[in-house]
Amino acid sequence: MAEFSLPANSKISDKGKSYPAPAGASRTKTFRIYRWSPDDGQNPRYDSYTIDLDDCGPMVLDALIKIKGEIDPTLTFRRSCREGICGSCSMNIDGTNTLACTLAIEDVKGDVKITPLPHMQVVKDLVPDMTHFYAQYASIKPWLQTVTPAPAMKERVQSPQDREKLDGLYECILCACCSTSCPSYWWNSDRFLGPAILLQAYRWLADSRDEMTGERLDQLEDPFRLYRCHTIMNCANVCPKGLNPAKAIAEIKKMMVSRSV
Amino acid sequence: MATDFQSASGLKRVRGLGSARSGAHHWWLQRVTAAGNLVLLIWFVASVLMLPNLSHSGVTAWIAQPLVAVPLILLIFSTFWHARLGVQVMIEDYVHAEGLKLLAFIALNFFILAAGAVATFSVLAIAFGA
Repeated sequence: MAEFSLPANSKISDKGKSYPAPAGASRTKTFRIYRWSPDDGQNPRYDSYTIDLDDCGPMVLDALIKIKGEIDPTLTFRRSCREGICGSCSMNIDGTNTLACTLAIEDVKGDVKITPLPHMQVVKDLVPDMTHFYAQYASIKPWLQTVTPAPAMKERVQSPQDREKLDGLYECILCACCSTSCPSYWWNSDRFLGPAILLQAYRWLADSRDEMTGERLDQLEDPFRLYRCHTIMNCANVCPKGLNPAKAIAEIKKMMVSRSV
Repeated sequence: MATDFQSASGLKRVRGLGSARSGAHHWWLQRVTAAGNLVLLIWFVASVLMLPNLSHSGVTAWIAQPLVAVPLILLIFSTFWHARLGVQVMIEDYVHAEGLKLLAFIALNFFILAAGAVATFSVLAIAFGA
């Protein structure tokens, strides 16, 4: 059955450390951050860091980098581009999966509570294990597949209208905010591909140049891979790029029906 | 997961036993039976509300008419079929132990068939005056 309570060694302990604001700070904000290390045998905890906002950049990621750089170098998280294009700093901030680099600190009321993406194996602190998610992405063969050989000395052409069909799909940065906000993915991620991967799958189904549509649908037609989606649309709510994976999944389901009815 | 030895890419687990190549039919039938339920339930509720009286003899006489008994049996088929499809989805969502899941599917099918048969027989018994 689905497990609704945490195992004993995953329960949050109350032994979190607290780092007070620097002396003389007038505008402060407290960050309560999930901490867990595989090396010390301790249960996870929340550490509190109070920082001076007058001495910090505007985004949550700026605060995390400041905390790691100036207060606690053991704090571990992923980040790279710091402008919402790489998808590395996805995490749960103030109860919502999003990118730390595109969420302004001032948009969070009260303390800023940060945890890793929900229902993922934690490697350390805010770093989840993405191995399974990436394997699911690889499984849908996310590249152009054709029967027709490539035209000699030129590209495969696509009309502007056909190119427009990829809008709202190609922008996905695979941050996994949507998949890890989806209860179906929480309970059945071993078999359900989840919103991010299904949106990517539809990106290739919708591509006018791809000729493997039937084979791609064959691979998706499965009670678990595709049909665990019940369209509750958490995915569209959280997507930091404003995409709608639920709509892409609905389009796949429509394709499934059109080829059999 | 961390303690298991697995292929470095994790693809073995994802590819699993492959695609079942089914599910579209189930999904489509769930929508079709939902549409059937909607039409037939509106007819049923409106008809019952418009009955002159709800006495046993009045209601059984109403059910005994062919144009009532037939849609009533269709309503039974549609709702029980829809329920079977829907509960199957719930079992797939929440029951993860393979043995228990299989037992649940079998119990669900037996229950739906038995309950649907009893309901259908009841309507026929009234219609044919048993």
